[in-house]
Amino acid sequence: MPTSPSEPAAPTADVVVVGAGPAGLAAATAAGARGARVALVDAGTAPGGQYWRHPATARLGSVDPPGVDEDALARLHHGLKDYRRLLDLLERQVGAGTTRYLSQHHAWAVEQYGETFTVHAIDRSGPTERTVPVTGHRLVLAPGAYDRQVPFPGWTLPGVLTAGGAQALLKGNGVAAGSRVVVAGTGPFLLPVAAGLATAGADVVGVHEASMARAWLRHSGAVLRNANKLGEGLGYATTLARHRVPVRSRSVLVAAHGTDRLEAVTVARATADGTVPGSEQRLDCDTLAVGWGFTPQLELPLELGCETRIDTDGSLVCVVDDDQQTSVPGVLVAGEACGVGGAVLALVEGAIAGAAAAGVPVTDVRLRRQRTTLASFAAAMHRAHPVPAGWTDRVTGDTVVCRCEEVTAGRLRQSVDAGATDARAAKLTARPGMGWCQGRVCGYATACLTSAWSGTPYRPELAATRPVAAPVTFGTLVVRGQHESGDRADP
Amino acid sequence: MSAPTTITFDGHEIPFLPGQTVGAALTAAGIRSWRTTRVEGRPRGLFCGIGVCFDCLIVADDRPNQRACLLLAQNGMRLASQEGTGRAHLTV
Repeated sequence: MPTSPSEPAAPTADVVVVGAGPAGLAAATAAGARGARVALVDAGTAPGGQYWRHPATARLGSVDPPGVDEDALARLHHGLKDYRRLLDLLERQVGAGTTRYLSQHHAWAVEQYGETFTVHAIDRSGPTERTVPVTGHRLVLAPGAYDRQVPFPGWTLPGVLTAGGAQALLKGNGVAAGSRVVVAGTGPFLLPVAAGLATAGADVVGVHEASMARAWLRHSGAVLRNANKLGEGLGYATTLARHRVPVRSRSVLVAAHGTDRLEAVTVARATADGTVPGSEQRLDCDTLAVGWGFTPQLELPLELGCETRIDTDGSLVCVVDDDQQTSVPGVLVAGEACGVGGAVLALVEGAIAGAAAAGVPVTDVRLRRQRTTLASFAAAMHRAHPVPAGWTDRVTGDTVVCRCEEVTAGRLRQSVDAGATDARAAKLTARPGMGWCQGRVCGYATACLTSAWSGTPYRPELAATRPVAAPVTFGTLVVRGQHESGDRADP
Repeated sequence: MSAPTTITFDGHEIPFLPGQTVGAALTAAGIRSWRTTRVEGRPRGLFCGIGVCFDCLIVADDRPNQRACLLLAQNGMRLASQEGTGRAHLTV
């Protein structure tokens, strides 16, 4: 936590929104439409978050990347109509001077002073980064999520990347992650990633989904109420069929192979608690796009002391009420940080949060019902796509768990056996989570492994607290007081 | 469509399109790793692709530890493989 140089600056906004993905955009525009003065703080170069991506040269209001035609864009981006509507609203609110949109501003800390909140953001829009305070009476946090990962032998080889990373390369840069690609892991997100790569001309060797296909049929009530989501999945399946991409269910990724780069992966037939012996199959590939669900980014809500819970998918998420209000008065959370549920749910939660933050809560019960329906679908999907049982048994002693500090499972095991029975104790003794990413990648795995090996409860919150939410240099901090008092001279 | 522009990576010219990140331009050129780790000296490149994991660190215009997945390519930018912390020049 930074030391405040003095009293906080005078409040500049009624509502500060952090994150301009679906939830944050919906929240900012809903608050703006109700007359609130809004500050929208976002790390991206353009609004849209990880979901609506576009090359950085696209201007506010223009989502067409160079050289990509409208049809190709539409195939990769869902809900573009929603995006254009929200951008249009945002542009008008920015134009009217009631909303400030701060792009390339990475929120790295948040503080509460009485009834106001100050978000500290690193402004990376200029040649020299600097940290700026953004103050308001209420806070809507919409930080989103990133791919959840678990370690497996070979996962540090170049050519292995996250499903979201492959999607970002394609949607944001027009680049296919590789030429011969295996898409594996679990969850509905694997399908759009594979469909996008196939459409872009990559040879998609196969989609290997660890769960049982149609396992969600057991939760048919929730599924039937979300027929449009099924239609979306069907569209991807059609694309994959057209490109003759095999989609295998109960096929679990167990290892990646290669010396200095990925050459092949092994998949095996999944059982309830492991794999069928002898079912292993080796697939040659230069790229693996892998993901096992998502991990919400909880740094900012945790910094403020917001109450959390463990969701159906095992993720640590914020507890929110009917208005998306957290346990800390004045702090609202929308989108994946209160339960991973996808962009449509995030839009609804954002709209409800923005309205409540503006002091004019949503009265339309349909919106609240829609949220309930979408959340039940998300829960059904979580139950149908668990991280496959047995992954902890496949982690060999020399499998790297913490990629930053190069901590192997063997080293972690030693520390657990010596008494470090939770993720925090393990971090202090064996260093998983101590490196550049601060446990964002290995936090889930470390919490699972320490729990499995020691028989102690699974406590992901012990690997989730990070007082500094984005990397910031000492040089930037040193000049902070100067900038924050309004002096914008270059350091 | 804008004309491709170029960056250099360890002295080799690599084309890119405006709006592309350094990581995307290198991937499009078939380059998969540009860093070796501090302890084991193992090769690494893009992993999370969205700024979370810090595996894709690269030296850009003499500044080490830049995330290739976030850094936008600029015409004439000089990129170099990063070894370890990228701060060997500070060793005394």
